[in-house]
Amino acid sequence: MLSRVSAIALNTFREAIRQRILYLLLVFGVAMISFAQILTFMTVGSEEKIIKDFGLASIDVFGVLTSVFIGIGLVSREIERRTVYTILAKPIHRFEFILGKYAGLALTLLVNTTVMTLWFFLVLLIKGMFDARLGVAVLLLLFQFLLITALAVMFSCLSTPILSSVMTLALYVIGHLLWSLDLLSARLSTETGRMLCRVVYYLLPNLGNFDIKGEVVHGMAVAPGRLLWAAVYLMLYGSAVLWTACAVFDRKELQ
Amino acid sequence: MPVLELLDIHKSYRSHLSIRKYWILRGLSLSIREGEIFGAIGTNGAGKTTTIKLALGLIFPDAGVVRLFGEDASKVEPRRRVGFLPENPYLYDYLTGEEFLDFHARLFGLDASTRRRRVKDLLERVGLANRGDRQLRHYSKGMLQRIGLAQALINDPEFVVLDEPMSGLDPIGRREVRDIILDLKARGRTVFFSTHILSDTEMICDRVGLLVKGSLKAVGTIDELVSREVPYWEVALQGEVEGNLPCGRIVSRREDRLLVRVDSQGDLRRLLATLNGRGVTLLSVTPARQSLEDLFIREARAASPSALRADGGHAQSG
Repeated sequence: MLSRVSAIALNTFREAIRQRILYLLLVFGVAMISFAQILTFMTVGSEEKIIKDFGLASIDVFGVLTSVFIGIGLVSREIERRTVYTILAKPIHRFEFILGKYAGLALTLLVNTTVMTLWFFLVLLIKGMFDARLGVAVLLLLFQFLLITALAVMFSCLSTPILSSVMTLALYVIGHLLWSLDLLSARLSTETGRMLCRVVYYLLPNLGNFDIKGEVVHGMAVAPGRLLWAAVYLMLYGSAVLWTACAVFDRKELQ
Repeated sequence: MPVLELLDIHKSYRSHLSIRKYWILRGLSLSIREGEIFGAIGTNGAGKTTTIKLALGLIFPDAGVVRLFGEDASKVEPRRRVGFLPENPYLYDYLTGEEFLDFHARLFGLDASTRRRRVKDLLERVGLANRGDRQLRHYSKGMLQRIGLAQALINDPEFVVLDEPMSGLDPIGRREVRDIILDLKARGRTVFFSTHILSDTEMICDRVGLLVKGSLKAVGTIDELVSREVPYWEVALQGEVEGNLPCGRIVSRREDRLLVRVDSQGDLRRLLATLNGRGVTLLSVTPARQSLEDLFIREARAASPSALRADGGHAQSG
């Protein structure tokens, strides 16, 4: 099983690194990190915060865009272009195909994020602003990309690329605003309403688990165990999403 | 044990946002024997591609049983022994020919040295030995068909399924594919292919199945399907023929060449006997036989266009 999954993962990685869109996103990401330098000239004080904040936000945005725009086509494009026929006619389980595609994009994201992070850290080192906790923040961002990729792959099994991108991006936005649902739940007067809010709260991806940018940039304390909890959340939620993707794809008619 | 067995298969599709079913296969039963070359012929929408997809577990039947090497075709294990070339293959165009074949070899879990050997052998076998380092996006249609065929053979399969393997190929390419199919048979492999090119089917198939509107209208050897009785002969002659011929009817006359049609073997003998000493040269004697094309056209015409519409049409190719 591992050899088949890794073969598909390697092929997916190869496809991604031969796509222009990846380099475009990567170049933009690196350019945005560098752009933070210019921003500091326009502001008085807070230079360190701006560079760190802008750098992390750039890695976040371009990582998410890579996850979404490559992830949404991972399965649907294979079906649309009928390249999937030659693969699934071979002794390969459909879930292996999904896992391979996911692993390939995860590897792409790892390389992509590493390049952007190295550039970001280089800028900080030159400026003498490096903080090791930024590494933890980037790692959590990578966890977030992996979860978003799982969502994109699941939607890719269910729908068209356009609809998949809309739904994945919507979940990204909702996932970062989920705390407001928690607040709403506390203010509701009916038990049913509160219960409904709690169910929706736990069903939707809570991307706040992966966001410590504010704490790191402003030098605030990061709760111990935050990294571990984020890793556990990614494993549980990500597995559930991928399991759904595999279950959907398993009985999909490849017409 | 048959290599592939389809028993009373029914298959329908629903278009998006529609509750109406479009029947593609209606009670199809078919069995492919070990070591044979089987050709599936039929009009567009007859159900050839659907049959192939069912055989490989790419789609699932509404009713009926599909067995590959005696096992449920939706299972993964029997596919170890199968090679497949889809119709108009869309391949990973960012890969080179070598990378493409190596990738498919990896899916069978072949080790590195076997992969290297197979890739090299197959590139030579399909005539792409000096193009293996080129990306597939730079391949012509014929080259793509050949590299697609190579990936279908990467696991040295016992059963090779080819969907329209001659489509889009020039006569040389078609001949090469034909030779590869015959070579597979010589090695004891079983080949199932769908095609529109009836001359190739007649030339290389052990058995042929004629699909019309999702049903198997005829199946058997060419001899079983097409009558071998000769209804008449055409005799080509050269020279001046004086007077009437003892038998036969002159079909055409051009300068000193005649084409004569005779309706029985006795008439043919009498005609040939009278030619002696009349200064006429016999150019050829051609027995007229029913061809596979005659059968194909007769059955396709029987499925009238109005009947096709009533059944919901057939959007699928093959």
